[in-house]
Amino acid sequence: MAERLTVNPIECEGHGACAELLPELISLDEWGYPIIDDHPVPPFLERDARAAVSACPTLALRLQRQ
Amino acid sequence: MTAATTGMPAEGTATELPRLLPVSGQRQEDWRAHVARHGRLPYRDAPGRLITDMRQAGLTGRGGAAFPVHRKLTAVLDAANERRRTPVVIANGAESEPASDKDATLLWLAPHLVLDGLQLAAEATGADQAILYTHAQRREDVGKRLRQAMAERAAVGIDRVPVELAESPARFLSGQETALINHLGGGPAIPTFMPPRVTERGLGGAPTLVQNVETLAQLALVARHGPHWFRQVGTKTEPGSMLCTIRRADGSPRIAEVPMGIPLRDVLGPVSHDGAVLIGGYHGTWAPAGEAAQLTLDNQSLSAVGARVGAGVLITLPADRCGLAETARTVRYLALESAGQCGPCLNGLPRIAAALAELAGPRPGRHARADVERWSGLVTGRGACHHPDGTARFVRSALITFAPELDRHARGRCAATNSKPFLPIPRGSARTEEDWL
Amino acid sequence: MLENVSGINSSTALWYASRATGVVALLLMTAVVLLGILVTRQGRLPGLPRFAVTGLHRNLSLVAVVFIGLHVLTAVTDSYVNIPLTAVVVPLASPYEPIWVGLGAVSLDITVAVVVTSLLRRHLSRRVWRAVHLLAYLSWPVAWLHSITASHDLLHGWMFVIGVGCALLVVVAVGWRLAAAARDVPRAQRVSLLMSAVHDRTSQRHKSAPVAGAPERTSRR
Repeated sequence: MAERLTVNPIECEGHGACAELLPELISLDEWGYPIIDDHPVPPFLERDARAAVSACPTLALRLQRQ
Repeated sequence: MTAATTGMPAEGTATELPRLLPVSGQRQEDWRAHVARHGRLPYRDAPGRLITDMRQAGLTGRGGAAFPVHRKLTAVLDAANERRRTPVVIANGAESEPASDKDATLLWLAPHLVLDGLQLAAEATGADQAILYTHAQRREDVGKRLRQAMAERAAVGIDRVPVELAESPARFLSGQETALINHLGGGPAIPTFMPPRVTERGLGGAPTLVQNVETLAQLALVARHGPHWFRQVGTKTEPGSMLCTIRRADGSPRIAEVPMGIPLRDVLGPVSHDGAVLIGGYHGTWAPAGEAAQLTLDNQSLSAVGARVGAGVLITLPADRCGLAETARTVRYLALESAGQCGPCLNGLPRIAAALAELAGPRPGRHARADVERWSGLVTGRGACHHPDGTARFVRSALITFAPELDRHARGRCAATNSKPFLPIPRGSARTEEDWL
Repeated sequence: MLENVSGINSSTALWYASRATGVVALLLMTAVVLLGILVTRQGRLPGLPRFAVTGLHRNLSLVAVVFIGLHVLTAVTDSYVNIPLTAVVVPLASPYEPIWVGLGAVSLDITVAVVVTSLLRRHLSRRVWRAVHLLAYLSWPVAWLHSITASHDLLHGWMFVIGVGCALLVVVAVGWRLAAAARDVPRAQRVSLLMSAVHDRTSQRHKSAPVAGAPERTSRR
């Protein structure tokens, strides 16, 4: 089942915890906001993806089944 | 007041247009004139029947997104049945694009077509509540005109669903679907980011149909004359007619009803070869006039210059104006109209505006162009709505179309001789929360 | 009261354990409140990655809950003072020092609500989660009051230093948070403010420098 990372841009405040936990798929732009790779999350990164989702203080990052 | 409104017949169908606009000039169609010309509102007496006609007609939204009407109606109807909630239908006349005037004109000249369409859409989705959302400041008496029309309808008892009039604030984002619903729900007219879609859960949590006022007027005609009639004008993949706001280099703006697929040069008239044309408004695309003159008014043709029909705004930039200066002025406005909710848009648009202001002047800094490119990429697709995307598209097309001008400015020169602003930009920006209410 | 005890038996051991775990719980709760304020202002702990602030805040809150649990369990099971089980969550239900123990019950109730809503955050609306979470600002002072009144430990010696120290830290942190919030730009003014800032910078700066400047935050608060 393909899962993709999405971010709610209104809730996102640019804390940046997600990019630290999942640098393979998330990087921060020059203003501190996440740039999300929207390809399906590969299985070996699934655990890290869940950690990133969990670490978001505003729950802006979500992992969604497509 | 807009200039002369006309229909422009396509070849071989000289009697087909205008369909929406009154046949004779600017006269408003009151109830009697409306019934005399179009006949009475053809209710179908069951939800859903209209949807088949819409699918066969291929009617798409005339608000800019060109989303198939039958699919929207179906989505709302399905959500209503699944969730057992009565839907709401909203006629979107906010027309928050400053360069567009076709919706205001339609509401002024033919309100009954819009109101008919609203009733039919309500019937097709089983809605019990209808709202007509307008931008009061555009035309001071549009509210009065609409109330007059609604009183005429009340007198004959034609409406089955009560219609409420509501006003949008004068913001660029007011017409955006979720911003509209946010505002009608008592909040500011700023977008929300909440799956599911508004067709599933919208105003007050009910399945909500939001349709442009012109789309509803078209719907009201298809319901009367059928899908085959609708397809007699336009192209095979993009049938029907549409209203356009045309601003030529010389005259004042005019509204015209044209068939889809009409050659742009028929709409715009003769254009100087080294001029530029703006297709689609402030979220649209600049194109060199010579290229634009070869195209037709449909998405398939316009994709050659990366443009879309959008809400039918077509502007010819006078040859004596600086396209970069006009673009910079416009982007400054667009940046100020950001809701400021999403990091990339809030940060990116003002910076793009500043860099463009630099590029519009003599000898801009070395980094300005690269910065604009980078920021345009950074803001695209990263907001809750398409405001940053549309702005980036507009900006990039300007950099491409006015590339010779960029070179000149780098050398401290400019080909323009007239610095008087051309594109219509509203004065005043939002300063407090009240400006969004 | 405590001075009358001679010799150590299991009951007094439990009573001592209750006091000890109580102090640790207060320290942990203080740390959790400070970390919570740090998270909300996007502050960093030196040498630690960003996710550590949120992570520590959450993990320490769970450890605090464990210590609160031990503190409550030992207080209830020891026979030195009479605190029935109901008094743990129902204020004023304890024959022993009903008001001060009651404060503990109030603090515990709020803490449980905060922790449970946070664990179930995904299933709650943001508004509900936030409203309950803000009650933590009430839970801490109530816990502190309970600490200094339910037993007299914190009134002497280095325990006194701990009690006062925690209070000072929280007061300063909350004060800082309120001041920062007062400086926050309301949504409707963010864009115009940044526009002025960026345009000023553009007209003043040297032409070779990029248009940049500090990023603007989109805090919901």
